[in-house]
Amino acid sequence: MKFVDEYRDPGQARRLAAAIAETATQPWTLMEVCGGQTHAIMKFGIDQLLPKDVTLLHGPGCPVCVTPALAIDQAIALAEQNDVVLCTFGDMIRVPGSGQSLSTAKARGGDVRIVYSPLDALALAEATPNKEIVFFAIGFETTAPTTAMAAFEAQRRSVQNFSLLVSHVRVPPALDALLTTEGPKIDAFLAAGHVCAIMGLSEYEPICARHGVPIVATGFEPVDILEGVLMCVRQLEADRAEVENQYARAVRHKGNGAAQELISAVFEVADQEWRGIGELAASGLRLRETFRAYNAAKKFALAPVADVRSETPCISGDVLRGVKRPNDCPAFGKACSPERPLGATMVSSEGACAAYYRYARKNIPA
Amino acid sequence: MCLAVPGELLEVDNVDALPMGRVSFGGVVKEICLAYTPEAKTGDYVLAHAGFAISILDKCEATQRMEAFTADDPSGGQT
Repeated sequence: MKFVDEYRDPGQARRLAAAIAETATQPWTLMEVCGGQTHAIMKFGIDQLLPKDVTLLHGPGCPVCVTPALAIDQAIALAEQNDVVLCTFGDMIRVPGSGQSLSTAKARGGDVRIVYSPLDALALAEATPNKEIVFFAIGFETTAPTTAMAAFEAQRRSVQNFSLLVSHVRVPPALDALLTTEGPKIDAFLAAGHVCAIMGLSEYEPICARHGVPIVATGFEPVDILEGVLMCVRQLEADRAEVENQYARAVRHKGNGAAQELISAVFEVADQEWRGIGELAASGLRLRETFRAYNAAKKFALAPVADVRSETPCISGDVLRGVKRPNDCPAFGKACSPERPLGATMVSSEGACAAYYRYARKNIPA
Repeated sequence: MCLAVPGELLEVDNVDALPMGRVSFGGVVKEICLAYTPEAKTGDYVLAHAGFAISILDKCEATQRMEAFTADDPSGGQT
């Protein structure tokens, strides 16, 4: 077992799709939370395997897409300082802030580098003592422990020329908000399996109980997603609302204790702005005071950058909340493409617009 | 971004007091930090994200689930 091919077996997928069709007796709308799941759904045509009564909405789980434009503007301002090397993940480079992106800053001479891991940025700091290395840390709970380790190790090794521009977000408050605020009806969630691998399942139980909505921690391969859908539909048809685990090979009920411990040691929960969605209470992580020396915003006394966004037809905020689909946008595939993106959802490898564009699903009825 | 890729742990080592491992992703080998999966041993499959193993994949659970799928299928998984 290599944990990939087994979960892409067309026979298994067809059998699960048939079981879903047999189980569903009425229309149900499910939201897959993670953009990685959205891409798998489009890539493997999973939505086309489902009976027409079972609809998938695409959720806000694209960290690059929800990173506020102003945080990108701050990263650009840092990258344009002479002594600074700005490191981040590859997905982040082409996302426009209020105006420009990090790739335009790089073209203008800013030192912007893509790293695979936050530890690579820390290693660069140790190897380049005459430069200030800033890691632009974005991502959900899956990524937060990797940033936490970089901060912890920087402190342990007394690396002075390393700091973090943090824009980490937490999934549960976003699910709560989607169910509380006006928007599309969501009958059940496919929760993001890798976030659950870190945080476990207990955070979802109060949301499930409060809103009466099934939540199933789900993996990323076609068989995983179809099984997650089947588990949701079985609950809905039986009038149950529980937290279940489809992705048990990777997700333990308590999650990853060592990772949770370091997240808590380095970060505290804070209110956070989500691009396209707005500010959500307790939905972000910020560095604790004990890690102040590694907080780039404080180290460089970053002022909030003025929002100079111009008029745009981009509907990425509505796409992130499942209110609209990418092909509802007048600019989709015309003024907006992965080469010339108007919004983050068209840039990121997890953005719903990029998934629709890449897998040539331009004519999916909305 | 939150994508994590399964890979086979080939070798465990310590670098600068951090537990690290060489992990093969279908033949491509990368250095992965094992601080969050300290119990991982050679031959285990780990899920790696941004240079860190975030979970050890449970072969037993995965095999049982696959067998349950096949048992539910009248063709015995031959379709």
